[in-house]
Amino acid sequence: MNPFSYTRAADAQQATNAAGSNASAKFLAGGTNLIDLMKMGVERPTQLVDVNRLPLAQIEEMPSGGGVRIGGLARNSDVAEHPLIVQRYPVLSEALLAGASPQLRNLATTGGNLLQRTRCYYFYDPAFPQCNKRQPGSGCGAINGFNRIHAILGQSEQCIATNPSDMNVALAALDAVVQVQGTNGARSIPFADFHRLPGSTPNVDTNLRADELITAVDLPAIPFATRSHYLKVRDRASYAFALVSVAAVLDVQDGRISAARIALGGVAHKPWRAQKAEAALVGQVADEKTFRAAADAELAAAKGYKHNSFKIELAKRAIVRALSTVATMA
Amino acid sequence: MLIFGNPETRRKFLKQVAGTSAALALGPRIGLFAQTRATASSAASSTATATTLPLKLKINGRDVALNVDTRTTLLDLLRETLQLTGSKKGCDHGQCGACTVLVNGRRINSCLSLAVTHDGEEVTTIEGLANGEQLHPVQTAFVEHDGFQCGYCTPGQICSAVACIKEGHVKNDDEIREWMSGNLCRCGAYPNIVDAIKEAAAKGA
Repeated sequence: MNPFSYTRAADAQQATNAAGSNASAKFLAGGTNLIDLMKMGVERPTQLVDVNRLPLAQIEEMPSGGGVRIGGLARNSDVAEHPLIVQRYPVLSEALLAGASPQLRNLATTGGNLLQRTRCYYFYDPAFPQCNKRQPGSGCGAINGFNRIHAILGQSEQCIATNPSDMNVALAALDAVVQVQGTNGARSIPFADFHRLPGSTPNVDTNLRADELITAVDLPAIPFATRSHYLKVRDRASYAFALVSVAAVLDVQDGRISAARIALGGVAHKPWRAQKAEAALVGQVADEKTFRAAADAELAAAKGYKHNSFKIELAKRAIVRALSTVATMA
Repeated sequence: MLIFGNPETRRKFLKQVAGTSAALALGPRIGLFAQTRATASSAASSTATATTLPLKLKINGRDVALNVDTRTTLLDLLRETLQLTGSKKGCDHGQCGACTVLVNGRRINSCLSLAVTHDGEEVTTIEGLANGEQLHPVQTAFVEHDGFQCGYCTPGQICSAVACIKEGHVKNDDEIREWMSGNLCRCGAYPNIVDAIKEAAAKGA
């Protein structure tokens, strides 16, 4: 691991100032991704700003509008089991519990999970010379390599990596808003604008600036979100990243879908909001035929590679299965 | 030979037999190598130098005050500096759970956590579960149900199980399996591990 200077931030201002004055500084919270990447030599910050003691771990109802604010430093395990989340946004609780392991969830934070980096083998091991994400211009080892866990939507010629987070998929479906604070003040980033597609800049995962600290994630009030579910398909029964996952929220009135929120994981560089599927669902009868048509619409533009084309059909069936589960919920 | 009965003296004996170089290799790496690393890397990157900071922890009830290289993981601190070798380095990447310890009562992977981030906190390792000669109920259950073969994952399994029971995630076999899924066992002792946890939970561990 490269040597680094280490400071503990007493408040958010101190944290952002430290990050703002050193382009190679990184915030350290749970560290379950950053420390791993530092061990691998993928991340080499010259300064770590420990933000663990900042008072940003609250999970509380927001005063106006009835949504819920999740602090940037709230631990994944605490968010997953908080009554407000379990009752009002079960898809988020399920997504969090589907991820990692209890030990990792006890350390991982909301902010850290948002910034979790891809598990692409060519990115994760610097022994592989081709990775446009690690080293712009070096090529993409995955496109003509082993690409089983890679993207089928939104990819570019430069990068076919996927976002590995389960939490992010649920937050995408819930239209969360990321609250951040930097040296230039505070701002709100709508979830759809937080993570980026690879395009020609795969080395940039998010639209967060280097000096910005994630202080909270706000969940808007969605009364029908009580009817939601997270389905994760993976090689093992537990403790594995998603091949494909679905966060589904449905409002069903008299057998017809009046509102739908769907997001996919394991298929793209960012959590994939399935807008085409949603459009194909609204107003329709909540049955398997409708669900399949919506899935077909969303995956029509999907493109697979040598080892991951199975994800296209798998994603469609996962959408149908997730929607079927939600439709029969009380 | 009597000395082999005691793990501490056994370790010391092996060090002496292997010679001085081995003793250096087995001893704490921090003081000895930090200087070398700092020199080498300051040539490569002028802004980054190794940092050593004071750290206070309560480990298994005992107050400990140290100066550590900030790159030291909690696992390496426990094993290399404090000679608490019960916690194991199975993968060093948070993927196997053999390094599971309790920090402020919560189970974490000590291999992925920098020691300095836990300043002022309480750490419980496998060495701290027993009460003198009295085994912790979870330890007793693991022995009675043969919950291990090689024993390498076992300290992590037991620490994880202690927390799992405290969390209340032991309602049935499926829940135990899911909530213990962060601890891998290459020997496949899983069925017996589940039985051990069930019994310990039932007995109010």
